[in-house]
Amino acid sequence: MTELSPGPSLRPELKDVVRRLGGVPERVLVWRARRRASPGWTATVAAIVAVMLMPVAAIFWISLAPSGDAWSHLVATVLPEALVTTLLLAIGVGILTLVTGTAAAWLVTMYRFPFRGAVDRLLVIPLAMPSYITAYCYVDLLDFAGPVQTALRGLFGWTSPADYWFPDIRSTGGAVFVLGSVLYPYVYLTARASFVQQSVCALEVARTLGRTPMGTFWSVALPLARPALAAGVSLVLMESLNDLGAVQHLGVQTLTASIYATWLQRSNIVGAAQLAAVMMICVTAVIVIERLARREAMSHHTTGRYRSIPFQDIEGWRGYAAAALSVLPFVGGFGIPLVILLDNAATHHDRFLSLDFLSASLNSLMLGVLAAIAAVVIALFLAYARRVAGNGFIRPAVRAAGLGYALPGTVLAIGLIVPLSGLDNWVDGLVREHFGVSTGLILSGSLAALTLAYVIRFLAVALGGIDAGMDRISPNLDAAARSLGETALSALKRVHLPLLVPALGSAALLVFVDTMKELPATLLLRPFDFDTLATYVYGLAALEQFEEATPGALAIVVVGLVPVLLLHQAVAGGRAGHRGE
Amino acid sequence: MRTSSIHRLGPFAAAAAALAALAVSTVATAQEVNVYSYREPDLITPMLDAFKAKTGIKVRFIYAKEGLIERMAAEGRNSPADVLLTNEFGLLSEAKSKGVTSPVTSAAIESVLPASLRDPEGHWFGLTRRARIVYASKERVGQDAITYEELADPKWKGKICIRSGQHTYNISLIASMIAHHGEEKAEAWLKGLKDNLARKPAGGDREAVRDVKAGLCDLAVGNTYYMGAMLKNPEQAAWAEAVKILFPNAADRGTHVNISGMAMAANAPNRENAQKLMEFLVAPEAQAMYAEVNNEYPAAEGVKASALVESWGSLKPDPLALSKIAELRKKASELVDKVKFDLGPGS
Repeated sequence: MTELSPGPSLRPELKDVVRRLGGVPERVLVWRARRRASPGWTATVAAIVAVMLMPVAAIFWISLAPSGDAWSHLVATVLPEALVTTLLLAIGVGILTLVTGTAAAWLVTMYRFPFRGAVDRLLVIPLAMPSYITAYCYVDLLDFAGPVQTALRGLFGWTSPADYWFPDIRSTGGAVFVLGSVLYPYVYLTARASFVQQSVCALEVARTLGRTPMGTFWSVALPLARPALAAGVSLVLMESLNDLGAVQHLGVQTLTASIYATWLQRSNIVGAAQLAAVMMICVTAVIVIERLARREAMSHHTTGRYRSIPFQDIEGWRGYAAAALSVLPFVGGFGIPLVILLDNAATHHDRFLSLDFLSASLNSLMLGVLAAIAAVVIALFLAYARRVAGNGFIRPAVRAAGLGYALPGTVLAIGLIVPLSGLDNWVDGLVREHFGVSTGLILSGSLAALTLAYVIRFLAVALGGIDAGMDRISPNLDAAARSLGETALSALKRVHLPLLVPALGSAALLVFVDTMKELPATLLLRPFDFDTLATYVYGLAALEQFEEATPGALAIVVVGLVPVLLLHQAVAGGRAGHRGE
Repeated sequence: MRTSSIHRLGPFAAAAAALAALAVSTVATAQEVNVYSYREPDLITPMLDAFKAKTGIKVRFIYAKEGLIERMAAEGRNSPADVLLTNEFGLLSEAKSKGVTSPVTSAAIESVLPASLRDPEGHWFGLTRRARIVYASKERVGQDAITYEELADPKWKGKICIRSGQHTYNISLIASMIAHHGEEKAEAWLKGLKDNLARKPAGGDREAVRDVKAGLCDLAVGNTYYMGAMLKNPEQAAWAEAVKILFPNAADRGTHVNISGMAMAANAPNRENAQKLMEFLVAPEAQAMYAEVNNEYPAAEGVKASALVESWGSLKPDPLALSKIAELRKKASELVDKVKFDLGPGS
C-alpha cells in the first residue's frame, strides 16, 4: 500500500495495520467490478454536468475564433512574468494554507489547551471576509501612508521612503499573505473534519507499535487525511486563480490581469477567452496529476469502533503559547481587517440605516440559501452517482463538474450569458414563428440565471466536502445495505444521508458564505435594480470611497459569521457515535 | 406514437403562450426606461431621480464594471437595454463597433452639444468631460505648470504616483501621447514615466493623492472630479488640501480630456422614453447637476462648471479627436505591457 507512504523504516506489523485500515478489502473490489450500473445514472449525470460546464464550454467555444496578434503580443511582453507570478502565487498560497490549516486542525483536534474551544470557532471565521476587502484593509494599514509606516517614521524620524526598508504589501508576497489569510479555513475545515472522523484506533495502533505522536501524525493521520487536504487546497488554488479584486488592488500581475487587459483594453474577447481556456487546462492538469498520484487509495477505515479522542493536555505556559499560536491565523485573516473596518465604519454609520441596505441584505440571504440548497443537492447526487455507478464516464465527468470555480467571475458570467441568451432567443424565435408573440428573455437577467451562476461557480466547494464525506463511508456499508435488499436510492436515504449530515451541512454553509461574498458574476448577471450586499459595497468601493463602503463590508462579514459558526458546529460535532464535544 | 408526442407538446405550447402573453403585457403597459450603466450608481442616481420626478417615467438600472456590452450583444434583439451609460469614451466606441447601439437624431441634443462630443452618425454623445491632470504637492513642488512629456523627465525620479497602466483612464492618456508623438516616442515616454514612479502602479486616483500627502511621491496623476469628491469626504479632505491642481500642457496643445457618455441601444424596447432621458440629461438642469454634484465639466455648451471646479483654473482641452484615441487604445495597452509598466519602477 504505497499510497499511504508509511516510509521505509516502518515496522512490518505497522505496515500491515495501515494496509488493513486504509486499503480496499478484496471482496469489495470484486463486488465493485461485478455490479452494473443502470444507464439512467450515466444519462442524468451527463445532463447535470453539461449544465454545470456550460460556461466553460462557452468560453472554449469563444476561444476557437482567431484572436489575431493577442498571443504573439503577450508572449513577447508580459506572459512569462504573469505565468511566473501566477505560479508563485498559487504555490505560495497553497503552501501557506496547507501548513496553517493542517497544523491548526491537528493541534485543535488532538490537544487540549486553554481557550481551545474558542480558538476552534475563531479559526473558521475569516471565511466570512471577502478577499478584496481584506486586500483593501491591508493596503490601508501597511502602505506608505498607512498608520504602521507613519508611526515608524514618527518614531525613528525617517521622512522619505529612501530612509528605510519596509516590506511592500503590493507584491506577490503580499498577495500570498492576504489570500492565504482568508483562504486557509478551507483547508482547516476539511483537515479538521478528516482528523475528527479518523478512528482513534488507527492512531493508537501506531502508538502501540512505537510511533511518537508526531510520527503518528506523519505516517498515519496525514496520509489518511490526504484526500481531504487535497480537496481543501484545490479549492484554495482555484479561488486564488479566479481572484481579481484583491490581486488587482495589490498590483500583482497574474494571468487573470492579462485576461482582463486583453479583453477590456484591447477589445479582444477571443484572446481573453483563449487565456482563460489555457488557465482551465492547467487547473485540470493539476487536479488530474494529484488524483493520479493518489490513484484509487481509499482513506476510509474499516473499523466501526469509535471512542472519544484521548486529548493530550498542554499545560502551563505552553498551553497559552499553543493558544496564542493557533489563534494567529484568525488574527491575520479577520482580527486585523475587522479593526480597520470598524475604525472606518465608526465615521460612516449612516449607510447602515438606508432601505437599500436592508433590501440588499435580504437579497443576499435569499440567494445564499437558494444557491446552497441547489448546490448541495446536485453535489450529493453527483458524488453518490460516482460512488454507486462510477464508470469510465461518470467518474471524470463528476470531477469536471466543478471546474467553473477556476474561471474569473466576469468570465464565468459571460460564459453563462451567451448560452442562456442564445436559448432565450431561440425559444423566442420559435414562439414568434408559431404564435406571433414574443417571449422576450426568460432566463437571461433573471434570478434563476443568477442562482445557476452561483451553483456552477460553487459546485466545486460543495462537491469537495461531500465527496470527502462520502469517501469516509466504508463501501462495506453499501455492500451490506444492498445485500439486505436496499436499492441504490433507498440506501442513499437510509444509510449515507444520516452519515453525511455534517458534510452536507458544512458544504451548504460554505456555498452560502461564498455566495454572500460573490461579486463579479453578480454584478453582470443581476436583474434591474437588484443589489446584494456585495454589489452594494462594491458600488461604493468602485468610487474609491472605501470608507463609506465599510458598513456594508461589515454587514457581509456579520451575516456571514453566523453560518460560519454553524459550520464549525457541523464539523466539530461530526464524529460518528459521538455528538458534540 | 404521434398522438403521444402531440400530447407531450401540448402543455409546453400552452405554457409558452402564457409566458409570451405575460412578457408582451409587461412590455406594453409599463412607462419605463432601462439603463445599462458602466457608471457607478451613486454618480448617476441624482439625475435619474430628477428625470423620474419630472416625467413620471420609471428608470430601471443595472450597474456593472465590465461586460455590459457583451451582455447586450448576447441578448440580441430581445435585450431589455434602452440606453448604455459609460464612464469613458472607449466603451462608447466599443459599443458602436459591436453593433449594440443605434443612431439617434435629436435637435435637442445636437443644438447643445459641440460636434466633437457627438458621434457623426449619432450613435453616442458625451454627457460630461473630465481632465486627466497632475496633483502636485503644495509643500514640495514649486512649479505651477507642467506637461505630460515632463513626467518622464529624470528630475522626477521616484516622485510620481499613478494607478495601473492598464486602467482605462491611463490607456486613453497614453493613446493621446501616441497620437501626438508617434509610437516610438510614446514608448520612450512611458518607460521614462515608469522609471519615475515611487511605487507600483495600483489602487485608485485618490490613493495616489493620499500618497502625495504622506510624502511617498510629489506628483499624482488623476482625474479632476476626484478633487471635489475628496474635499467632501471627511477622511480625504486633508489629502486634497495637500495638493494643487496642475493642468498639463495648458501652454501648448491643452490637457487630455475624456468623456462620460451615452448611447441608444440597438434594440431599445422603450426608444421614445430613452430619447426623453437622453434629452433630459443634456438639458441645462441635469448638466448643472453633473457640474455641482459630481464636479465634472458639463458637456453642454452654455452650462458652467461648478464654482469649485472653476477655482482650479481654466481648462484648455486637447483638441485631439476622441475617435483617434479610441483607435489607438489597443496600441496604448500593448505599450503598457511592452515596457512592463505595471510591474513598477526598477522592473
